[in-house]
Amino acid sequence: MADCTESKIDIRGCKIHMRRGGTGDPALFLHGAGGIPGWIPAFQSLSESLDLMVPDHPTYGLSDEPEWLDDMNDLAMFYLDMLDELDLNGVHLIGNSLGGWLAMEIAVRSSTRIKSLTLVGSAGIRIKGKPIVDIFMMDPDDLVRELFVDQTIAENILGMNLTEEQTDIQLRNRVSTARLGWQPRLFNPNLRKWLHRIKVPTHVIWGDTDRIIDPVYAAEFGKVIAGSQVTMIEKAGHLPHIEQAETFVKAVSGFIQSKAA
Amino acid sequence: MKVFAFHLMPYAALDMSYAEKYSSVWLKLPNSYFDPKIGYELYNRYLDELELAAELGFDGVCVNEHHQNAYGLMPSPVVMASALAGRTGDAKIAILGNAFGLREHPLTLAEEHAMIDCITGGRLITGMVRGVGCEYFSMGANPAYSLERHIEAHDLVIRAWTEEGPFAFEGKHYHFEYVNTWPRPYQQPHPPIWCPSQGSSETIKWAAHPDRKYTYLQTYSAFDSVLRYLNSYRAAARDLYGYAATSKQIAWCTPAYVADTDAQAIDEARPHIQTMFNKLLPKISQSMFVPPGYMSNESMKQIFAHKATLRGGQTIEDMIARGVIAVGSPDTVRSILIERHRQAGFDHLLLMPQFGTMPGELAEKNIRLLAAEVIPALQTLNDDDYIGFEPAAAAAE
Amino acid sequence: MNVFMFHLMPYAALDMKERDKHPSAWVTLPNKLFDPKIGHELYNRYLDELELADELGFDGVSVNEHHQNAYGLMPSPVVMAASLARRTSNCKIAILGNAFALREHPLTLAEEHAMIDCITGGRLITGFVRGIGAEFYSMAANPTLSHERHMEAHDLIIRAWTEEGPFAFEGKHYHFEYVNMWPRPYQDPHPPIWCPSLGSTETIEWAAHPDRKYVYAQNYSPFTNVCKFLDQYRSTAQDMYGYEASSSQIGWTAPVYVADTDEQAVAEATEHMEALFNKFLYLPFETLFPPGYLTAQSYKRVASHKRGIMGSQTMEALIENGVVIVGSPDTVRKKLIECHEVLGFSTFVALMHFGTLPADKTERSMRLFAEEVLPAIQPLSDREYRGFEPASAAAE
Repeated sequence: MADCTESKIDIRGCKIHMRRGGTGDPALFLHGAGGIPGWIPAFQSLSESLDLMVPDHPTYGLSDEPEWLDDMNDLAMFYLDMLDELDLNGVHLIGNSLGGWLAMEIAVRSSTRIKSLTLVGSAGIRIKGKPIVDIFMMDPDDLVRELFVDQTIAENILGMNLTEEQTDIQLRNRVSTARLGWQPRLFNPNLRKWLHRIKVPTHVIWGDTDRIIDPVYAAEFGKVIAGSQVTMIEKAGHLPHIEQAETFVKAVSGFIQSKAA
Repeated sequence: MKVFAFHLMPYAALDMSYAEKYSSVWLKLPNSYFDPKIGYELYNRYLDELELAAELGFDGVCVNEHHQNAYGLMPSPVVMASALAGRTGDAKIAILGNAFGLREHPLTLAEEHAMIDCITGGRLITGMVRGVGCEYFSMGANPAYSLERHIEAHDLVIRAWTEEGPFAFEGKHYHFEYVNTWPRPYQQPHPPIWCPSQGSSETIKWAAHPDRKYTYLQTYSAFDSVLRYLNSYRAAARDLYGYAATSKQIAWCTPAYVADTDAQAIDEARPHIQTMFNKLLPKISQSMFVPPGYMSNESMKQIFAHKATLRGGQTIEDMIARGVIAVGSPDTVRSILIERHRQAGFDHLLLMPQFGTMPGELAEKNIRLLAAEVIPALQTLNDDDYIGFEPAAAAAE
Repeated sequence: MNVFMFHLMPYAALDMKERDKHPSAWVTLPNKLFDPKIGHELYNRYLDELELADELGFDGVSVNEHHQNAYGLMPSPVVMAASLARRTSNCKIAILGNAFALREHPLTLAEEHAMIDCITGGRLITGFVRGIGAEFYSMAANPTLSHERHMEAHDLIIRAWTEEGPFAFEGKHYHFEYVNMWPRPYQDPHPPIWCPSLGSTETIEWAAHPDRKYVYAQNYSPFTNVCKFLDQYRSTAQDMYGYEASSSQIGWTAPVYVADTDEQAVAEATEHMEALFNKFLYLPFETLFPPGYLTAQSYKRVASHKRGIMGSQTMEALIENGVVIVGSPDTVRKKLIECHEVLGFSTFVALMHFGTLPADKTERSMRLFAEEVLPAIQPLSDREYRGFEPASAAAE
């Protein structure tokens, strides 16, 4: 079913697990706190028009845990290294949640190799009085339920029997997210002042019922990043690419084709 | 008027030959010069002195914060205030002050002050200071942000004390998702807040603000400077904020020593006060006391002008003449202090009965004599004895 | 044997109905439930109880650190230790412990401990703890860095206490250009360091290291776990480090209640002991173990015994499992002598106030303990300990 190849890529001694499929413009999907469940339908659809790369970040999933990775700055610089090493140009960055924060950190540092930016339920900035829900304090099962509007998706996930390896990865991902985003909680207070540096076409996509990062953030990003477009996806929570895959893919591809060809 | 006994708790047994190798007793004087066995005796003696003062009728006792130096051995006045908590009767306990903005976690201090306030049933006074320049070297805190952090730390602590938790504090320098301080202070809304200062105009304006009206404490200086700064607080209240500051918002601190005669007092105090001012006190002339960004250029210039007289080589006679200290027979000292009050109207007077190398017998004698012969008269003073702000300001010009 | 009286200083007047509307008594339990007038009375009562312990002949008193909760009202045990400094004359004062690595400036604590050590003429014991999971929410410290920071903070403090300043400390998490601590501690080289723990292999291995040989004190555990971990400390010393741990490195902490008869003790203490565990101590799993606080291995092990000492505890089970020691003076005395015979701990830390236990019962329990139990257990030493080898053999 999965039309992707999985391999290990070595970037300056750090090996990351990479899934890659499709042809077209290069696109890099940057995952959020929960990691990558697999080559989901949305990835498959996107790969019909894009050369889609979906890595596990260093310290997540099946990738290495390098000693030098302390914070989001390090992770952003790593990806800039990766773009250089793989000599990728005109990349469409797509970042979800923590991955959206990461995408912005990359883009403000250097957009030379980037053609567009898509933020999906993104972390990274803070609106006073509107914290991101404390994903660390929540019971992990409750967290799964809060991610989706459609509770059958949640129940399916909770009902799965995980292998030892899968449980380990889950725990690992959680720790990595805490390392990057415990304090300040999933945002960088010094990011907003540099968002003007993002000059590539930017698309902000949000589930209208996102119970983790309030949809008010969608409007905020739309305001702060000049020329950006905001698309709300109905009946979707924090992971619209899973919950409303078709609508999501249409929005992403549509934007890329019309604004960032 | 309320009269307090203030203690710096210096390392009075310092080997003075240190001066052959080190230019200051702050920061870089190796801590091998500190003998813990002597420290043990000094600490207990100093606590005894403060407890004695409380017993004999002083309205309160005061301690303060200084790091890594022989001038003041209380990097944590919280420890001293706690040690005094159960042994000072009804006297106030004033921490003058803690440097909240030096901390990455000012809530620790807020918790500690709340604990002490609860233990003492509301006898705590919370002083908030920025910390003298040297602390920024010791603590690794950035002096360029000193004022900003001080203000934000203050706001955080006030909210922690008065707003129901849990709440998130989203500041520039401080950001906490869960502020929910247990315990809360005993006094409502919180302990009185004082601002000790060497004369910073930023501090004065901030403290006098109608939202705060914090008691401003001018630390030891030539008296004409003291008067000028205390008056500038009253002026700020009147001109910037449109209200008349009360004398309860005004405080002065001075070393004070009494003996049977003027000559005897001067003789007994001389070596110790001269050591304190010439050897132990921070020397403004040294850059470690005014790191870059610590104060505005305007303030820097002002402080340099009035502190020039505190730079090394002062004699006790100089200090008495300039009104930096009050030394003499009980009659002399009483008159001096009454006269000072007549001019400046401070409702809080902090006397420092031990200074520099002064040994225990003299400190105790001093405290007893002050308590018996000087402070009762002072404690009856009030605004009726004060010439008032306008005449004072006019007279000063 | 050295016997300490431990106090948690809970907000014993907590409105339990209100408490039950929240997940726990920690972090998010609104502080409007704290009445400062009651706090004033409780603090002074608790300080009186600890001073009474000094008077009654306990070898030491102990306090500890917890933030933003009703379980323990000492976000700063330094305040309490300093309060006790001049109100006790003979006993040790043990801060069990301070979480040095929760701080960005651990030297502040080092300064405070040095001050207290000087004031008391060397009666301080410094406990190093990482802080339980909840503190990482309250203090905004990153739990994934907890172990690293704990060790680095420790190294910084030891150097500050023992190396002549000024010197620069160039660590990963802590970097200070001028470390030059005034005052220095009274005790040479520094106050004894203890490591209170709920049972951690990392803590044991770190504490038992020959460079450190810190006292390890096991707390709040079923007796089987106490045995396991205290013996693990000894075997770690022997097998990993090649030396024989002395019993002075071994400690046990447990809630204790004494009354005239077993039945009376149980009747009087049950409500308050159950309140300690079920209302005050209880923590939801994610608050107790935020991500990265435990190693992956430890986390998985603990997650499988999730309900351990949390959740609904009954007095019966607590007594049966040996988590608490409750009974007549005879029962309590016998129990401690027996346990000492098996484990040889030369430090016993008795939590003699717990939960909502009122003042009169606390005092009576303390007096009974002091009169009827202390004289029998304080003289205990390695003579009465059956020794390590038989213990490990018996365990197999």
